[in-house]
Amino acid sequence: MSSFLPPSERIWWKTPIGKEEILWIGIALVWCLIMFFMMPYWHIYGKQNLSNEAYQTTAPRFQARVDEMVAQYKIGEQAGIPIVKPPAGSDVYMLGRLWQWYPILELEKDQSYRLHLSSMDWNHGFSLQPVNINLQIIPGYEMVITVTPDQAGEFTVVCNEFCGIGHHLMLGKIYVKEN
Amino acid sequence: MAQFRVCPDSGFYFDKSAESLMKANAVAGAVFLLVAGFLGLGVILTRWQEVHLLPADVFYQVLTGHGINALIFWIIFFEIAILYFASSTLLRTRLAAPRWAWLGFALMIIGAVTNNIAVLQGNSSVMMTSYAPMQAAPHFYLGLILFAVGALIGCFVFLGTLVIARDDKTYEGSIPLVTFGALTACIIAIFTIASGAIILVPTFLWSVGYIGHIDAAMYRLIWWGLGHSSQQINVAAHVSVWYLIAGVLFGARPMSEKVSRSAFLLYILFLQLACAHHLLADPGLSSEWKVFNTSYAMYLAVLASMIHGLTVPGSVEVAQRAKGYTKGMFEWLRKAPWGNPVFSGFFFSLVIFGFIGGITGVVMGTEQINLIIHNTIYVPAHFHATVAVGTTLTFMALTYLLIPVLFRRALFLPWMAKWQPYVFSAGMTLMILFMLGAGTLGVSRRHWDMDFTGAALSFDYPGTAYTMMAVAGIGGVLAVLGGAMFLIVTVGSLLFGKKLDESAGLFQGFGVPLAPSAYTIEQPERLQMAPKLAVEQHGSGGMEAPGTFALALALLVCFVVYYFINWDYLASVWPLS
Repeated sequence: MSSFLPPSERIWWKTPIGKEEILWIGIALVWCLIMFFMMPYWHIYGKQNLSNEAYQTTAPRFQARVDEMVAQYKIGEQAGIPIVKPPAGSDVYMLGRLWQWYPILELEKDQSYRLHLSSMDWNHGFSLQPVNINLQIIPGYEMVITVTPDQAGEFTVVCNEFCGIGHHLMLGKIYVKEN
Repeated sequence: MAQFRVCPDSGFYFDKSAESLMKANAVAGAVFLLVAGFLGLGVILTRWQEVHLLPADVFYQVLTGHGINALIFWIIFFEIAILYFASSTLLRTRLAAPRWAWLGFALMIIGAVTNNIAVLQGNSSVMMTSYAPMQAAPHFYLGLILFAVGALIGCFVFLGTLVIARDDKTYEGSIPLVTFGALTACIIAIFTIASGAIILVPTFLWSVGYIGHIDAAMYRLIWWGLGHSSQQINVAAHVSVWYLIAGVLFGARPMSEKVSRSAFLLYILFLQLACAHHLLADPGLSSEWKVFNTSYAMYLAVLASMIHGLTVPGSVEVAQRAKGYTKGMFEWLRKAPWGNPVFSGFFFSLVIFGFIGGITGVVMGTEQINLIIHNTIYVPAHFHATVAVGTTLTFMALTYLLIPVLFRRALFLPWMAKWQPYVFSAGMTLMILFMLGAGTLGVSRRHWDMDFTGAALSFDYPGTAYTMMAVAGIGGVLAVLGGAMFLIVTVGSLLFGKKLDESAGLFQGFGVPLAPSAYTIEQPERLQMAPKLAVEQHGSGGMEAPGTFALALALLVCFVVYYFINWDYLASVWPLS
């Protein structure tokens, strides 16, 4: 008569189930289905979804795209890192490497940009603060997301995937200006 | 020839070779828990920014060791002991191939020590996840591989023991529910170890130079087949132990064998999909893949956990009501043996696992919500609720049961044992809740310095984040104190605990009588089935466990509210597509 003894009824799978168990299984199943369908629902009606767009790439290839953008749209420098202001609606690039996010971006509020992200060496974590959007940046892969900053101000990219002893030095900036 | 001992207090049956193996594995587990807890103190005292104890290199080294020792070595050693208990003791049979089991144990010890040496040498501070292309020393991976091979041998010894018991007809009908749960854990463990082999063997070859390149995204996908599934072994194992403890303390029987076993079956079928939980913010995987896998098909494994969440305390309630604790909704719970650490540890782990671990896990495993949680300190907060309180505290509670039954010792410092689950749970809960809060404010996990000292650019977290990390630090220290109390009681009992004689009663120190359901030894060759009188009685209109049902509804309300709060929070961040 216990959970650690064999069932008393040999044909235990034919024993009827208690009322609260049936009720609870029903309630739980409905809740599980609601949670499941929330995800496709948000893909259709929600505004925060990751795109499925990603490419395999190499560090030199991605670096070349970044350098091209920096050469074309550089407007200044902060702490030795170029500040870049690409046109609204364009493709913008940011790379993670030991231990910085490069370059600094200046974007316009309420404009959409195709943001390309990749890593030059190890895994990095793109953690946009204080908005709190967090993405995994993997070497050899280029992630493309369309981002629409809806607040103006100074935003910081913290690295939140461990990347060695200088992990805590790895910060980047995105400035969003009212147009 | 196999030799058996019947524990005079509990009636549990011990095969001599299985008994030695259970002792060896449980003790080894406790040693690695000691290491893990000590390192954990270093971690939390560094994350508490005002204390900021360790320098960066030591911090990452200590964090790597803490993760591996706590999540892998302590828990798997203890689980191997549980597998041997659930097979040879519960089925009253000899253990299959004890020599192989000792070989497995030796490999696990060698592997765990090798891995710890690699971390101690300082050039393998790669975190438990060791994401390629960040590289550790070859013997870091080799240690893990040897450990996994040893654990795999343990799994096959368990399966062999089930076969022996069936051939020798040591039981009638189906295996007990607890053994069924252990079998679930074993099946998941074999899947887990296979994933581990697929990724760690090539990574080892890469670290010694035979393979040129490990794809970083593929590594994450397959590694999490090991990393997350190993936590699902824990879920299956500690749910089984919950049923065991409910059975031993209260004579509880499953409310319905069919429901509880079906829930374990859902674990086998769906839990492994959860490796997707870690990849929701990754490039290269489609939304369809993420949605299907992160929800274990359609949250069917969550459904299983919600079922166990009702049936485990429900079985206790039914047993207590049968004893006459029938007043109101909760007399059965109020009159439970709260001074007995086996009960308090079991019950706290059940509640905290469900209310905190379960809910946060589902919320952050939602594809889009993961965007506001991925790699923040919310993540370790979640898995401390599931693993440090869910699994570890359950195993601590079981240890208090095993000290008299398996080791035949009285508890050393019973007052300390009595308070230990309270201190440990309170500390952990404090730490977990405030780490969840700090994670919501964007504080990152695996990060040495939230001041970013020396960085070219600067960033300030809000002051609240610092306060939360400080409170989490206090909670963490309290939790380590609770862990130390556990080890003092355990080691003290084995070294100085009074040896129990043949007539000593179980839990004499706590005045808890032995469950009347324990085995008799009248029929030692064949396991007696439960008396036919106790046929499951259902369908009489009223509920058997109304108090538990009310608790389950409370869980549901918390779940629903918290779930939609997080969608609301997500809707406030920058639009992405």
